[in-house]
Amino acid sequence: MEKTFFRPESLYDVPTHYCPGCGHGTAHRLVAQVVDELGIREKTVGIAPVGCAVVAYDYWNFDCSEAPHGRALAVATAIKRVHPQNIVFTYQGDGDLAAIGTNETIHAANRGENLSVIFINNTVYGMTGGQMAPTTLLGQKTSTSIEGRVKEKHGYPLKISEMLAILPGVAYVERVSLHSPQEVLKAKRAIKQAFENQINNLGFSLVEVLSPCPTYWGQSPKESLDWIRDVMQKEFPLGRIK
Amino acid sequence: MVKAKILLSGNEAIAQGALQAGCNFYAGYPITPQNEIIAYMAKCMPACRTGREQSKGVFIQAESELAAINMVYGACAAGARSMTSSSSPGISLMQEGISYIAGSQLPAVIVNIMRGGPGLGNIAPAQSDYFQATRGGGHGDYHLIVLAPSCVQEAYDLTKISFELADKYRIPIMILGDGILGQMMEPVHLSKKKNKVNTFKNWALTGCKGRKPNIVKSFFLREGALEEFNLKLQANYEQIRKKEARYEGIFLSDAKVILVAYGTMARIAKGAVIQLRNQGKKIGLIRPITLWPFPQVPFSIKNKKVKFLVVEMSYGQMLEDVKLAVCCRQKVDFLGRSGGGVPSEEEIINKVNKILLQ
Ligand SMILES: Cc1ncc(C[n+]2csc(CCOP(=O)(O)OP(=O)(O)O)c2C)c(N)n1
Ligand code: SF4
Repeated sequence: MEKTFFRPESLYDVPTHYCPGCGHGTAHRLVAQVVDELGIREKTVGIAPVGCAVVAYDYWNFDCSEAPHGRALAVATAIKRVHPQNIVFTYQGDGDLAAIGTNETIHAANRGENLSVIFINNTVYGMTGGQMAPTTLLGQKTSTSIEGRVKEKHGYPLKISEMLAILPGVAYVERVSLHSPQEVLKAKRAIKQAFENQINNLGFSLVEVLSPCPTYWGQSPKESLDWIRDVMQKEFPLGRIK
Repeated sequence: MVKAKILLSGNEAIAQGALQAGCNFYAGYPITPQNEIIAYMAKCMPACRTGREQSKGVFIQAESELAAINMVYGACAAGARSMTSSSSPGISLMQEGISYIAGSQLPAVIVNIMRGGPGLGNIAPAQSDYFQATRGGGHGDYHLIVLAPSCVQEAYDLTKISFELADKYRIPIMILGDGILGQMMEPVHLSKKKNKVNTFKNWALTGCKGRKPNIVKSFFLREGALEEFNLKLQANYEQIRKKEARYEGIFLSDAKVILVAYGTMARIAKGAVIQLRNQGKKIGLIRPITLWPFPQVPFSIKNKKVKFLVVEMSYGQMLEDVKLAVCCRQKVDFLGRSGGGVPSEEEIINKVNKILLQ
């Protein structure tokens, strides 16, 4: 019988530290599969974030750098400019990319840097204990919005993908989700697209991945997948934005 | 053959020194009084590309100092010879990135052409970032090698050397000048010799073809691992302390009062020393060239009657290093102004005369 599912070479055979049901593990594997399929493992440089995925380089089998919280796209910009032949991507959470790093995000996108960005949107700051993020939904309870996010107090969920799509330097933006096997496959296609765009010198590509954080959503892994499908998707509609 | 000299401002000399040292990456954000550096780098690194083709040099005008220093971080991680420049408030913003560069053992050159503070302060020259430069500045146990040129020629020479030191010790270097040094113009002898650029950095991020993946990081989660790493950093600093301390000493052998000053302030102090010597007074000068490591050797004077006078364009920052170096053997006096005030030759001479009368 032919083996159809195996560990990508770009993913080490080690257990991850993520909580049960967390989306980071799945997203790591998708990146690794895409890197393998495109045959670029030996030219890839990944920028790990500050957040739950801070040690992503312990799982990925290619060159990686860390970056201070929010600054991954400044670091990536430089690496890509120094080595245009390398394939450079950042992997960032919403606290990272959409709060402390908004400036770097907008400007790297607007410069049209030829980079790929994997943007994990789990609507909370996971690493630091489930505080409100810019992407937290209205009504969503977090440790810093105990009664739920209220627009009068906290403003609205920030739609980074839609904001970036209007910039001429941006080649591609798609929002995908990890809530079902079908959606995971679509997510992989989008991530592959973002890498292919870079290989073809098309400019800035970003894939926003709606990803579960069962721990800080106070839900079981199954419930959190349903919550993405039934609630989160309404605020963050899936599909190609640009 | 007569060696040709060209007229450059301190800022331009730093930029020119960097280019000749093989600097192939610059990112910066405008701030007075160092804007000539960013303009010079932009002009001389025309290969301002967006990551689609190989280029010899990369110039990026960053959106902020935070981005600039992290671009430098990325470029160093990728193995480039990288530099940024700024002035006091901008350097404050860069501190987190500098700490990461130190923690990731990356070689980078950071230029601080100081201005008055705290806060927005003013754009007049000052030396009030001494503590920030020599004590770490950002979080964690780390140091930069801090080089303080006092004339335009030296600004050029030390910038060239700084790239070598950065690579040798895998440490960020700071060139610490002030607005006067940055703006003043002097003839500079440019050496024809380009630095030998070490292009092979086996730790750099270039894609893992034919080797195990490289990781550039400063994160050590396992119990004891960070302490182990910090001890390694400390051992590196110890080597640097032993080998890299630099200073200039003038008229030290018979001096009764020794002035201590660095950078622009040392030039003014030198003027005062020469005037006083002409009057037959036994005055000397120690000019630290490295502020970290702070040179200890010229202070190991046994004669307890010798007195020191520290002169700064700040309120007693280097004074602390001098007191530590002197170890209470001799009396240390102080003259300092800041916020755009610069101690004049006359002020220094008056102060020295008072000390001589004591
Ligand atoms: C300058 C700075 N500020 C704050 C932190 C603390 N911090 C670490 S991770 C994090 C939040 C990360 O959230 P996100 O990017 O959404 O990733 P997640 O943990 O949810 O995967 C914060 C605030 C830090 N490391 N550095
Ligand atoms: S806290 Fe949330 S994002 Fe972090 S590992 Fe756990 S489930 Fe994943």
